Amino acid sequence: MTETLVSFEDVLASYEPAMGLEVHVELNTVSKMFCGCPTEFGAEPNTQVCPTCLGLPGAMPAVNRKAVESAIRIGLALNCQIAEWCRFARKNYFYPDMPKNFQTSQYDEPICFEGYMDVEVDGETFRVEIERAHMEEDTGKSLHVGGATGRIHGADHSLVDYNRAGIPLIEIVTKPILGTGDKAPLVAKAYVAQLRDLIVALGVSDARMDQGSIRADVNLSLSPKGTGTLGTRTETKNVNSLRSVERAVRYEMSRHAAVLDSGRTILQETRHWHEDTGVTTSGREKSDAEDYRYFPEPDLVPIAPTRAWVEELRATLPENPTQKRARLQAEWGFSDLEMRDTVGAGAMLIVEETIAAGASPQAARKWWLGEMARRANEAGVEVGELGVTPVDVARVQVLVDEGKLNDKLARQVFDGLLAGEGTPDEIVAARGLGIVSDDGALSAAVDNAIAANPDVADKIREGKVAAAGALIGAVMKEMRGQADAARVRELVLEKLQ
Amino acid sequence: MPEITRDEVAHLADLARIDLSDAELDHLAPQLTVILESVASISGVAGDDVPPTSHALPLTNVFREDVNTPCLTPEQALSGAPAVEQQRFSVPRILGEEA
Repeated sequence: MTETLVSFEDVLASYEPAMGLEVHVELNTVSKMFCGCPTEFGAEPNTQVCPTCLGLPGAMPAVNRKAVESAIRIGLALNCQIAEWCRFARKNYFYPDMPKNFQTSQYDEPICFEGYMDVEVDGETFRVEIERAHMEEDTGKSLHVGGATGRIHGADHSLVDYNRAGIPLIEIVTKPILGTGDKAPLVAKAYVAQLRDLIVALGVSDARMDQGSIRADVNLSLSPKGTGTLGTRTETKNVNSLRSVERAVRYEMSRHAAVLDSGRTILQETRHWHEDTGVTTSGREKSDAEDYRYFPEPDLVPIAPTRAWVEELRATLPENPTQKRARLQAEWGFSDLEMRDTVGAGAMLIVEETIAAGASPQAARKWWLGEMARRANEAGVEVGELGVTPVDVARVQVLVDEGKLNDKLARQVFDGLLAGEGTPDEIVAARGLGIVSDDGALSAAVDNAIAANPDVADKIREGKVAAAGALIGAVMKEMRGQADAARVRELVLEKLQ
Repeated sequence: MPEITRDEVAHLADLARIDLSDAELDHLAPQLTVILESVASISGVAGDDVPPTSHALPLTNVFREDVNTPCLTPEQALSGAPAVEQQRFSVPRILGEEA
């Protein structure tokens, strides 16, 4: 069914959006939340399971200390309070992705609460308030078979792999984000991007959205302008790239407005985001919290982080992102606009890594915001998801600085990197892309150019050095752009003066 | 006095995936009410100064270090599964809801 949509401008003319973002971060502990099973991504199905994470009778959970530390560090980095005492709770539901028939989570006693993160969009700062960050465990992975589409609808049966069941998750929930107007989609994207950068800086997760180690749920409602009453919200799940966060907010705003404009009401429901078509479709109606029959987990004793422990963890926090941005801008000598563009493109950490790997700040910025941004845009992904690493870009720039590549050849190296042809040096060798500065080859090409352009050669002999450009161009053409232009110029002048 | 209605029993049965007949619902609702009343008598004993207890042991912060311990083999893990396909637990198709 195709939904009727209202244009983004028309939505904003009549409504004010309210958003809520729930981000699940899969921690990078080596073992699961409540048992010692490994957490490696991509293992053979059901090879990282034990009686505890399979929910077999009599198995007892035990809390992973590192996961609790990561939860507290995330909370501190988000300016949260850390609970002096909290418990785990059982969230009861029947679904085969949890073999225990409940998920061990936290309910009314989250370990972290009441924080905030300041998010910058186009030079404007929005404070996103954090309601809570709590600990829970991931679910297994279901594969639906027999259906035409691979989704549940029409499937004959489902196949479940419990390797992921029990991997520690931190769920970070914002308070309603109000007053963002036309910036709502960008604020949502910037929040998730900044949160991801923070998680990377903390080192607590692989932070790979493409592998599901960071997953976002987008809650959205519209309120008629000027009324200040929150509308009914929908929760869009499975939004697994930064670009999709922005698109999903934009799409739901347009869809809500169309429903409300037609006099119908928004159903409080879960919706599924479809990356390929850029639309959401209806999922199940949301259960009431009481239907989950939460109760304190009797098999795990409460967690009461001592203030000394919390302060110890606070001392391990990385630099605050706002301060870090100011420091890097000063170190790199970027203008405000250059820095804003770099941050806006989600490229600050990548540029930082590229500089650390040996490129100059301006070169790192030039490649990531120019060539790489263009290619990412064409592919519909973020620059960080292209598959080209900061180390690759730095190496290409070193080759340019050493006079072994020019910008044109460098672009061909990036073609090779995107095609998975190996390292920059391997691609240069395999594609024969190096600049030729060998005098024998260059001298022969210069002789050919002089012979083919006798008029130009005469002008140079008469002292018109500016005419050399035409001969250099001819040599470059003969050598398919791979000649060392400076050396060609020297040879031309040597031969004709 | 807590009372559990027939509709509440039907809803709980649905959440618990228990198929109850009309006769069973009629029979269970008053029974569960009696059980709840019995349990509720505890609140008559505990005053406001007694916090609800979730754990009998006065312990907090019992942790495990983040190290790996041996897993089951896939054969062991799947040995109790009613059906297995592609080294995964095969379950009947899921109707009406999607996680």
